[in-house]
Amino acid sequence: MAKKKTKEDYYLASQWTLMARKLKKHKLAKVSFIILAILYIAALFADFLAPYGLEDFDGLYKNSAPVQIHTVYEGENVGPYIYKLTKTINKTDFTITMSEDTSEYYKIKFFVHGVPYKIFGLLPCDLHLFGVSDGSKGGTGAKIFLFGADSLGRDIFSRVLLGARISLTIPFASAIISFFLGIAIGSVSGYFGGVIDIVIQRIIEVIGAVPQIPLWMALSAAIPPGISTIKMYFYMTLILSFINWTGMARVVRGKFLSLKNEDYVMAARLSGVSTWKIIWKHLVPGFMSYLIVSMTLGIPGSIVGETSMSYLGLGIKSPATSWGVLLQEASSVTDVASRPHKLIPIIFVTITVLAFNFLGDGLRDAADPYK
Amino acid sequence: MEALKDFFRKDLVQYIIKRILMFIPTLLLISVLVFFVIQLPPGDYVSAQISALASEGELVDADYAAAMRADYGLDLPVWQQYVKWIKDIIWTPTDSPYYRLYHSHHNWKYSFAYGRDVWSVVNERLGLTIAVTGIIMIFQYLVSIPIAVYASTHQYSAGDYISSIIGFLGTAIPNFILAIVLMYLSYKWTGSANVGLFSQEMLKNGVHLYNFGEFMKRMIIPIIVIGTSGTCGIIRSVRAQMLDEVARQYTLTARAKGVSEGKIVMKYCFRAAMNPTVSGLGGVLSSLFSGSTVTAMVLNMQIQGPVLFKALQSQDMYLAGAIVMVQAVLVVIGILLSDIALAFLDPRIRYSGGGR
Repeated sequence: MAKKKTKEDYYLASQWTLMARKLKKHKLAKVSFIILAILYIAALFADFLAPYGLEDFDGLYKNSAPVQIHTVYEGENVGPYIYKLTKTINKTDFTITMSEDTSEYYKIKFFVHGVPYKIFGLLPCDLHLFGVSDGSKGGTGAKIFLFGADSLGRDIFSRVLLGARISLTIPFASAIISFFLGIAIGSVSGYFGGVIDIVIQRIIEVIGAVPQIPLWMALSAAIPPGISTIKMYFYMTLILSFINWTGMARVVRGKFLSLKNEDYVMAARLSGVSTWKIIWKHLVPGFMSYLIVSMTLGIPGSIVGETSMSYLGLGIKSPATSWGVLLQEASSVTDVASRPHKLIPIIFVTITVLAFNFLGDGLRDAADPYK
Repeated sequence: MEALKDFFRKDLVQYIIKRILMFIPTLLLISVLVFFVIQLPPGDYVSAQISALASEGELVDADYAAAMRADYGLDLPVWQQYVKWIKDIIWTPTDSPYYRLYHSHHNWKYSFAYGRDVWSVVNERLGLTIAVTGIIMIFQYLVSIPIAVYASTHQYSAGDYISSIIGFLGTAIPNFILAIVLMYLSYKWTGSANVGLFSQEMLKNGVHLYNFGEFMKRMIIPIIVIGTSGTCGIIRSVRAQMLDEVARQYTLTARAKGVSEGKIVMKYCFRAAMNPTVSGLGGVLSSLFSGSTVTAMVLNMQIQGPVLFKALQSQDMYLAGAIVMVQAVLVVIGILLSDIALAFLDPRIRYSGGGR
């Protein structure tokens, strides 16, 4: 009896339930989904999680390596603490060495007040997840730079979190725009066929034939210099959507060609349902899962692309920060050799791209639920 | 012999001719898109030059700027500029000054920044660009197809996950960073960063058989960086195709007949899975040009990418247009070749009149 019940469940379950069930079997996809959820939540609360603001800098800490966290001070366990750095200049060869000033310790504290920001751009607030207190002997100025500092003495950890807001959302926003563009154009192409179809297919072929990065470079070069961050964000999203909608349109068109002669479409048409309603209410839901898959698989390419463009100075520009901008710091072999901590942002890029790829793969396997 | 005879059959030839004819409107549309895109940046080469001169303290009066614009044909409406551009590329008559100077019927216009014929700038690096792209493409297929076949025959095993992760890593790490890190490692281990495709000696004497090994050594980093960035896509599509084929009934029949597992995979499934792989050739070529652009800038490779970047920055629009156009044409040729190969491999396509 119990077995029969599950079988009934199986046939009665909606497509989405079946997909979710199958997705859980793909372990990498499951892990990827959790990782992405954490990353997006971290980006959402970046202001709170980051101990410092986007532009806060400390000249003393220029290029400094990640901070070391200690717990035992002079034989006594005082909880997690850090030291302040001191700079010593060798008078004979003028080399600068940074070392920890062990004369006093600075305890790491949670929920501290720091740089003011606005929660979701609305509520003013200055609470941060962690920070350092004043020194044990009343000193000030110690900085907790978990991932070290860049060439201006800015906290890489904070900047990775704050940069994630741009790096993670631009590809996502553009995927959504190309999602709708693709459905609209692909459905017109597939549903009406004929001359419209031929023209749209040529256009898709043309955009697909021009290599992406050169196209991207040319389009980015068109962004006027010196515009506001929000406008730049808007332009980048548009460029990405312009390049990405073609893949989606191709999928939609193919599905339309195979579905438009189904009996239920004919029935709808005979009962006088309008063309747009047939497209949106009857046809699109039938292959929505495929569309979501191809949307997910389109995002990682955009993330790498945005990173490359920002790295070349063609995308997001300072003071706005994305992961690509952060990686400009690691642009030479010397940086990689002597300051490897500047490569830390790359770990985030890589993990995000891998996670989207695996999630997309899992979704694709799951999209065919009865298999 | 039978295959060759088959190749020259009428239906195949007809199909090829039809396909080639279909690419003419595509090429024209590409040229419109390319011209539109290179027109987009605000200002033109003259205004870029004027601001460059102004930063050196020289002032250019408006009359001179207007004369310069007229000289370059930049004062015409955009569509007229386009028509002139494309007309000269397709056919420059014998009595034109251009033909008398360069003995070529295809005038790609003048590169403002280089101060010479665009085609001579493009041509300088075209051969090497094609050679490098070709080598990397072969590498990509050699690496990704075995991984894909393995992953599909061992679905959801540790080997499937591990090989997929390795295949995906190349895509996930942005090319420029991978290039820098590999340059550093190469410097640390061999004492040479292997930057650029040619050694000093090669630049002096040219690439010959005796120093070809050195050239290939310098190709290692570009091959890894650019090659691995595209393996992900190939692995994914071949793996998916193989999984489909393995689940087909004919596979079951073959297994029931007692055909060995290796033979089933290689002789039945793999062959069927190759079709979509061949048809994806154009896309792979396109992504190779994309991937090599940024990498070439970091690694100082003597291919077209860096030239394009500089041309776009300095508003050298005809040069930028020519490079994007040439790359797009190469991709279109790639698609054409893959279509022909596909028609040759799969009779269904040429009988149905074919096509995407």
